[in-house]
Amino acid sequence: MATDRLALRTPAATAPSGTVSGGGASPTTERPLVKWTLIAIAAIFLAGTLLLPLITVFLQAFAKGPGVFWATVADPDGAAAIELTLLVAVIAVPANLVFGVCAAWAIAKFDFRGKAFLITLIDLPFSVSPVVSGMIYVILFGSSSFLAPLLQSVGLQITFAVPGIVLATIFVTFPFVARELIPLMQDQGSGDEEAAISLGASGWQAFWHVTLPNIRWGLLYGVLLCNARAMGEFGAVSVISGHIRGVTNTMPLHIEILYDSYNFAGAFAMASLLALLALVTLVLKTFLEFRFGDELAATRRH
Amino acid sequence: MDIRVQNIRKEFSQYPALHDVSLNIISGELIALLGPSGSGKTTLLRLIAGLESPTEGAIFFGEEDASYKSVQERHVGFVFQHYALFRHMTILENVSFGLRVRRSGRPSNAEIRKRAMELIELVQLPGLEGRYPAQLSGGQRQRVALARALAIEPRVLLLDEPFGALDAQVRKELRKWLREIHDRTGHTTVFVTHDQEEALELADRLVVMSQGKIEQVGTPDDVYDRPNSPFVFGFIGESSCLPVTVEHNELWVGGRAIGLSSHDAADGPALLYFRPHDVELIEGDACLAGVVVASRRVGGTRRVELEIGGQQQLVEIDLPFDHPAGEKSRIAFRPRRWRLFPAR
Repeated sequence: MATDRLALRTPAATAPSGTVSGGGASPTTERPLVKWTLIAIAAIFLAGTLLLPLITVFLQAFAKGPGVFWATVADPDGAAAIELTLLVAVIAVPANLVFGVCAAWAIAKFDFRGKAFLITLIDLPFSVSPVVSGMIYVILFGSSSFLAPLLQSVGLQITFAVPGIVLATIFVTFPFVARELIPLMQDQGSGDEEAAISLGASGWQAFWHVTLPNIRWGLLYGVLLCNARAMGEFGAVSVISGHIRGVTNTMPLHIEILYDSYNFAGAFAMASLLALLALVTLVLKTFLEFRFGDELAATRRH
Repeated sequence: MDIRVQNIRKEFSQYPALHDVSLNIISGELIALLGPSGSGKTTLLRLIAGLESPTEGAIFFGEEDASYKSVQERHVGFVFQHYALFRHMTILENVSFGLRVRRSGRPSNAEIRKRAMELIELVQLPGLEGRYPAQLSGGQRQRVALARALAIEPRVLLLDEPFGALDAQVRKELRKWLREIHDRTGHTTVFVTHDQEEALELADRLVVMSQGKIEQVGTPDDVYDRPNSPFVFGFIGESSCLPVTVEHNELWVGGRAIGLSSHDAADGPALLYFRPHDVELIEGDACLAGVVVASRRVGGTRRVELEIGGQQQLVEIDLPFDHPAGEKSRIAFRPRRWRLFPAR
C-alpha cells in the first residue's frame, strides 16, 4: 500500500515544477536500478515460497486426473470432513462475531477496571499454541475432569465430538473480530453514539443505526479472517477431535490422514479445496481493502 | 426553559472537574460558558445534557429535577465540536434521525421529510439534502449538525465549541448566523467557547470559568468593563498589571503618587489592573511615567511596552499609531478606568 501511494504521488510532485529533468528523478524515489533489483528480489522470493507451492497443490490435486479428485471429495469420509468443517465454521464464526463486537464495544466505548486485563485476555489465543488450547479443553471436559460427572448426567459429550471441536475453534479464532474492531472503534470514539442518544435514540437504536454501520466493513474483514482460520484450524482441533473418521474429522485432519496413508493425490485434492477457500477469502479481502481502504486503515494489520 | 444548576460538583476518578458550581440560565437567552481549557466548561455543558452525571448537586429544567434523567428524557439538542454527523447517512437522513427513532408520537414519514426539509432550508443548505457529510465543508457540516439538533424541538440547545474546528473566516460568518437563528427560533441556548471574542459578540450573558469554578457571570459589558477578579481581567480583553502601594487612600508607585485614589482599599501592597487602550496621556507630577522599551503595530494603534520608574515593571499601553514616541522616549499616562486587587 505504501509503495502504491508513493508511486501515485511522484508524477504529481514533479509535474508542476517542470525543472526536474532526466526522466523524473524525484527526490523521494530510488534510482531505477535499485528499484527493479528490489522488486525482483521480492518477486522471486514470493514466487518461490508462495506461488509455487500454491500451484503445486492444484497440480498435485489433479495429477491422477479429475476422477481421483472427485472420488476423494465424494468419498463418505471426505464428504463428512467437508460437512463438519462447514458446520464448525457456521457455528464458530457467528459466535465470534457476536463475542467480538461485544468485547470491542465494551473496550472501545467504556472505561472500567480491568480493561487492560481484558485486552490481554483477548490476545491470549494468539499467543498460546493451538495444541495447548486443544489440550486445555480435553483436560477441562475430558472423562477425568471434575466436570465429567455433570456432563455425563446430561448426556453431553464434548471431547472427541463436535461440541469440543466447535469450542476449540471458537477459542482459537476469538481474537480476529475483536482485534479488528477495537482500534477502529477507539478511533471513531463515542461522539456519534452520544449524538444519537441526545437525539432520543435508545442504546439499541444507537448501536443498530449508528455503531454497526460505522464498523461494518471492518467487521466483515474480521469475519473473513476469522472464517479462514476457523476452517483451516489444525492444532487445537487435532487434539480434541480424536480423529474419528467420518465423525470428528475436519478437512485439515482428513488431509493429514490421507497423507499418512500415502494417498497423496487425495490429500492434495482435499488441500486444494482449502486453498481455494483461502484464495476466495483473499480476493474478498483485497476487494474490501480496495473499496473501503480508509475505514480499514484505522485497524492494525495482522 | 429555565435551567438551574445547583451546587454541582463533578469528579473524574477523584480528580475534581467542577467545585460547587451554581448557575441560573434564563429561558430564551443565549449564554456562553467561557474559559481556558481545563476550566470545566465542557463538563458543565455535558452535565446539563445528561452525558455526564454529577457527583453532587442537582440540575433543574424549569421546576423539574432532571439530575438523574437520562439524556433521552432530557430532550436537549446537542451540537458537537467535531459535528458527529452520521457518515453513512445523507444530510436528510441525518436531520430526520431524531424523529425517525422516536418510539412514541413518531410523525408520519411524509411529515418527517417535510420537517427535515424545512430545517435544511433554515440552515441555508437547500439542494444538499442528498449529499453525504464527507461531501460538505466544515461550516456546512456544522449547520447540518445544528439542523439535526433542532429537529427534535429541544427544550434547550447546547453547543460544545461549535466553531472550534473551523477557520477564522467561516467562524465569523457562522457566529452571525447562529445569532440570527437564535433570534428567530428563540431556543434557550448554551454554548461553550474558549474564544472571548466569540463569547462577547454572540452571547446575551457570559459565564467566565476557571479551574472548575465560575469566576463571573454577567452581560458582555459587565464582564468587560467591570471584571471582578484578576483572572477575568486577564482572560477577557487585554490587560496590564502593575504592583502598587496604597497609603492614605492614594496609590503610590516607587515612592511617587500616581494621581489615583481609592477609598475602599486597605493600606499596603496591591495590584493595579487597567486596559492598555483605556489610558490618557498627561503631563505633570501625579502620573505613571515610563520609558518605551518596545513598540509594535496592532491594528489601528501602536502598542508600546513601558518600563515604569526604575522598578523594572513592564506595562503595555496603546498609543495612536502616529504618536511620535520611539525607543527610549518617556511617556506619562494615567489609566482612565482601573481596578485594584489584593496583592498575591
